[in-house]
Amino acid sequence: MYAFTYHRPTTVRQAANLLAKHEDAKLLAGGHSLIPVMKLRLASPPVLIDLSKVEGLSGIELKGRSIVIGAMTRHNDVARSKELQEHLPALAEVPAAIGDPHVRHVGTIGGSVANNDPNADYPAACLGLGATIVTSKRKIAADDFFTGMFSTALEPDEIITKISFPIAKKAAYQKFKHPASGFALVGVFVSKRASDIRVAVTGAGANGVFRVKAFEEALAQRFTPKSLDGLSIKPDGLNSDIHASAEYRAHLVGVLARRAVADAVKR
Amino acid sequence: MTAVSMTVNGKPVTADVDPRTLLVQFLREHLRLTGTHVGCDTSQCGACVVHIDGKAMKSCTMFAWQADGANVTTIEGLANGAALHPMQEAFREHHGLQCGYCTPGMIMAAVDIVKRKGHDLDDRTIREELDGNLCRCTGYHNIVKAIAAGARAMK
Ligand SMILES: Cc1cc2nc3c(=O)[nH]c(=O)nc-3n(C[C@H](O)[C@H](O)[C@H](O)COP(=O)(O)OP(=O)(O)OC[C@H]3O[C@@H](n4cnc5c(N)ncnc54)[C@H](O)[C@@H]3O)c2cc1C
Ligand code: FES
Ligand code: FES
Repeated sequence: MYAFTYHRPTTVRQAANLLAKHEDAKLLAGGHSLIPVMKLRLASPPVLIDLSKVEGLSGIELKGRSIVIGAMTRHNDVARSKELQEHLPALAEVPAAIGDPHVRHVGTIGGSVANNDPNADYPAACLGLGATIVTSKRKIAADDFFTGMFSTALEPDEIITKISFPIAKKAAYQKFKHPASGFALVGVFVSKRASDIRVAVTGAGANGVFRVKAFEEALAQRFTPKSLDGLSIKPDGLNSDIHASAEYRAHLVGVLARRAVADAVKR
Repeated sequence: MTAVSMTVNGKPVTADVDPRTLLVQFLREHLRLTGTHVGCDTSQCGACVVHIDGKAMKSCTMFAWQADGANVTTIEGLANGAALHPMQEAFREHHGLQCGYCTPGMIMAAVDIVKRKGHDLDDRTIREELDGNLCRCTGYHNIVKAIAAGARAMK
């Protein structure tokens, strides 16, 4: 690992100022994506800005018809949240499926969403629920936030402060774990709110998380797995690697979408 | 260099370290607490698991300064003098180890499971909760048995 210096600001403003001042500085949240890549020298930030002392970045709140989660909230705390169990259990299932108990004690929702790993779980939940990413500067709709593999709409000096999820009574997440890494080989998040039906897929897309409009339109007719009969997605533009071919991933999208709708209907 | 202070196994410690120093390096190389192991160094195996403010975490994926001010417990801090902790005793009794390399992390993880899931653990729960700990020797059967017995003995 290359040498670095670090700061531990206590307010979002201080953190944002530090980020603007130091070119190539990086924010550190749980460090469970950043530290491994620093060890591999794939990242070599000269300055780290640790968010763990910043006030007010953790916690889960019910606000009107939304659940608002602070960026530094750990995976385990989201998975066990009473608010979520009551109002949006499908969202609690997402961090419960991340990594292992030790990872879940440390990793944060903000870090996961900012990182936008193409096989990560939270991006599917954000897109699949139509979440709003709130930053130190503005509010960004999930539809505009995830711009490609490991890339987002965040500016270099922008900090995610919280994420707001509209409550959808019918929603579910289905993940097919990579047997070794535990990341999503494919994951599908579905939700139904009044007129808004969403089907979001992680793990499969060469450009990261995406929505399946054809499935959404079919489910808008009737929200049941049967509505997906005969529908599938094309392997074009999907990842193909030693773990799974694009054809296999396309197949999994269909299978997991049906399972997710079946789960959502039961709620 | 950066100054770090924390409580390790009940004792306050302070040192000046390079900011790159991982918590596991700090424990092993500065404090000579070599019970905590490095198996993979890539956040996969759990040999480095310690408790930070009561929660199991991978000390290879954390800088020492991130634990500044924290309460850290390592495998050396579990036993009460010469008397093994009930979870350590259960691993001995049920043959929950062969080479022993993964054992400190397994035991720290096991104590954390009991804290979160209680004393009556079925095999399935234990296996799921051990997702972050790898053992290359035992095939896990006796580890699972040991954890179930250790959990009951901790009542
Ligand atoms: C063994 C292991 C297994 C894992 N399995 C899974 C899995 O199954 N599914 C899954 O989805 N993930 C998995 N992960 C990743 C894990 O969820 C990470 O915790 C997460 O991706 C990053 O969160 P973090 O808080 O650790 O962020 P960090 O590593 O601290 O940061 C990640 C990136 O986000 C930036 N960042 C952090 N916080 C903010 C913020 N508030 N605003 C703007 N930028 C920010 C950082 O600068 C950095 O670039 C796994 C990790 C490990 C080590
Ligand atoms: S050494 Fe930390 S997880 Fe393997
Ligand atoms: S006993 Fe050898 S690695 Fe587990």
